[in-house]
Parts: sequence; structure tokens; C-alpha cells
Amino acid sequence: MSSKPYIREIPKSSWFFRQPRYMRYMAREVTSFFIGAFTLLLVVGLKRLAQGPDAFQSFLDALRGPLGVLFCLVALVAAIYHSTSWFNVTPQAMPIQRGEEFVPGKLIVGAHYAIWAVVSLIVLIMGI
Amino acid sequence: MSEERQIQLEVLRYNPETDLEPRFQTYSVPCVNEWVVLDALNYVKENLDPTLSYRWSCHMAVCGSCGYMINGEPKLGCKAFIHEYGDHIRVEPLAHFPIERDLVTVVEDFITKFSSVKPYLIPKEDKPISAGEFKQTPAQLMKFKQYTLCINCMLCYAACPQYGLVPEFLGPAAISMAHRYNQDSRDGGRDQRQEVIASHEGVWECSFVGACSEVCPKHVDPAGALQQVKVASTIDWYKEHLMPWSKK
Repeated sequence: MSSKPYIREIPKSSWFFRQPRYMRYMAREVTSFFIGAFTLLLVVGLKRLAQGPDAFQSFLDALRGPLGVLFCLVALVAAIYHSTSWFNVTPQAMPIQRGEEFVPGKLIVGAHYAIWAVVSLIVLIMGI
Repeated sequence: MSEERQIQLEVLRYNPETDLEPRFQTYSVPCVNEWVVLDALNYVKENLDPTLSYRWSCHMAVCGSCGYMINGEPKLGCKAFIHEYGDHIRVEPLAHFPIERDLVTVVEDFITKFSSVKPYLIPKEDKPISAGEFKQTPAQLMKFKQYTLCINCMLCYAACPQYGLVPEFLGPAAISMAHRYNQDSRDGGRDQRQEVIASHEGVWECSFVGACSEVCPKHVDPAGALQQVKVASTIDWYKEHLMPWSKK
């Protein structure tokens, strides 16, 4: 071994620009921020509800404004990207073995989409 | 007929005795389309510059020696076909490892980490040879077979940004190999390995970028193995804290 191996430093704040796959990873991580922000928004909504009908109505009015709608749309797109990027890797984290064979990954991913669709439908029906 | 074309092979050079830092050197190499990048390097070594240093051995994706960054992507030099590239190919040593000389990296860190997970069978109980072999069904074999295909080429470490940023991270191949033995029905060494792989520098340093599995030349899927270790370690934690009476 040489006495002087050369160490190439990783740029701490820009390493993810090196590869498209790192960018996809960062997109998955960053989109979680919008899910967190939307959850906080729901908590604020609960607080306004506890303050009375007028407070809750003004909260709903603010949500129906252009900024509120824009935020909800962006959060929805981010949530869909975030969720699907996790659904698509579930066969790696949760392989199911039946005898000598593994259940095809597409089935495991498909099951997640199916459960998502059913839960969304139930929430929609309850909301109407 | 094999088509020949001139490739500009840009290779990172570093001589620890004379250089302060690495530099690129370009060689013009007459390549046949069926060649792999390793053939081009061998051409340089034999015909243009005998001082070029790089590791290789089997030329058939078995030994795991010829891992390089080829156009920025961790690849085996013997599996990277010239026809998949343009006329300019850049070859660098594997990322995240110190450079020993030219394309040769210092791999002691990997070897130490790999050894630390006890990557060998620790039988549940001692049995005299006369008692016969440890038997296993095909289904039990399938549970871990894909992880046995690892050739220790370290491409997964070069792809893993987490290993680059946090060098203490045990890394994909070492944890996958621990998982391989933990999944083996003949093995009883899981508790010993968990101490190493379920630590903070172990599997919890992994943020599931998934790059390791994408570059793995043997389709071992280290990222999958690491997530399964996380699930198993989480179950251990709950059992230990919520059901202290139950044995792991």
C-alpha cells in the first residue's frame, strides 16, 4: 500500500447532481416535506375548528383562495410522487416467498395501488 | 466482420510518488466493437503505456476485480461493452475509495467491514462429521440464494452516496452478506451479526437510495436485503421493549 493514497472529497451540498438516480432519490425525499406541511395544515384546521364556527369558516375560505388551492395541488402531486416511489420499491423490502418461488413484484406493487384506490374511494364516499 | 473504431480512452492517472493529485490522460485506442473496456485498458498497457495500473483477473464477471467508474457509472470493466459507448470513454477508479495508484483503489476499509459481519456459516449446534451434512430444502435455499451471487466487486459502495458521505457506514455488500447467512436455515449466528449490522453505522445509515441494486452486476439486490434487515431489526426492537418475556 502506498503511503499517500489520494482521497477525492464528495461535494457535501451538490453530490446528488452527479447522477439522475440520485436526483430521483432527492425528489422522493423532498416531496415528503409537502406531506408534512399538509399534515400541519390539517392540525391548524383542527385548532381553528376548536375555536368555533367563525374561525373554521375563515380557515376554509383561506383554503379556497388561490394560494390555498395552489398549495393543495402541489401537495397532492408531491404526495402522489412520494407514495408511488415507495410503492414501487415494496417488493424489495417485503418479498413474499411461496414454496420455492417468490410472488412476482408486480403483484405486490399492484396490491398497494389497489388498497390505495379502495381507501381513497372510502374516504371520498365518506366525504360526500 | 468485426468493426474497428478509434476510441479516445480518458483514464485517471495518479502516481503517489510523483503526483500531488490525479490527472486525466487520454489514449487513442483502436477498438473492436466486441471488446469491453477492460480490453481497451489491456491494449493501452500492452502497446501504449506499460505504467498504467489497474486490477483485473478473470475477464468474465466472476472475480469482481475490475470495477471502475466508466463515464461516471460504477461498472465492471469486463462487462462494459465498447459498442454501448460513444467514441469517448472516461475511466476512473471506483468512487468513494482512496486511490492507491491510477485505477487501483485502497480496499482495506471494505475488507474490514465485510469481515466484521462474520460472513460465514455459524452452525446452530456442533455436530460431528460422522452425523452427516446439514440438510436444506430447495425452498430454504431460495430464501437466500440471490445474496450468494455477490462477487465483492464493491460497485455498490461506489454507487452508494451514503457511503461516500458517511465513511463509517458498513455498506451494502457487507450487510447483504450478513443477511444471506441470517436467512440460512443452517445458521445460528444472527445475534452475533445483529450487534454489528443493527447499529447506527450499520443498516440505519442506509436511506434506501437504491443505487447499489441498480449497479450490481450480479443482481444481488443489496438495497432489498438492507430494507429486510431494517424490518427484522425493528421487529426485534418491539419484541425486546414490548414483550420482554419473549425470546428473539
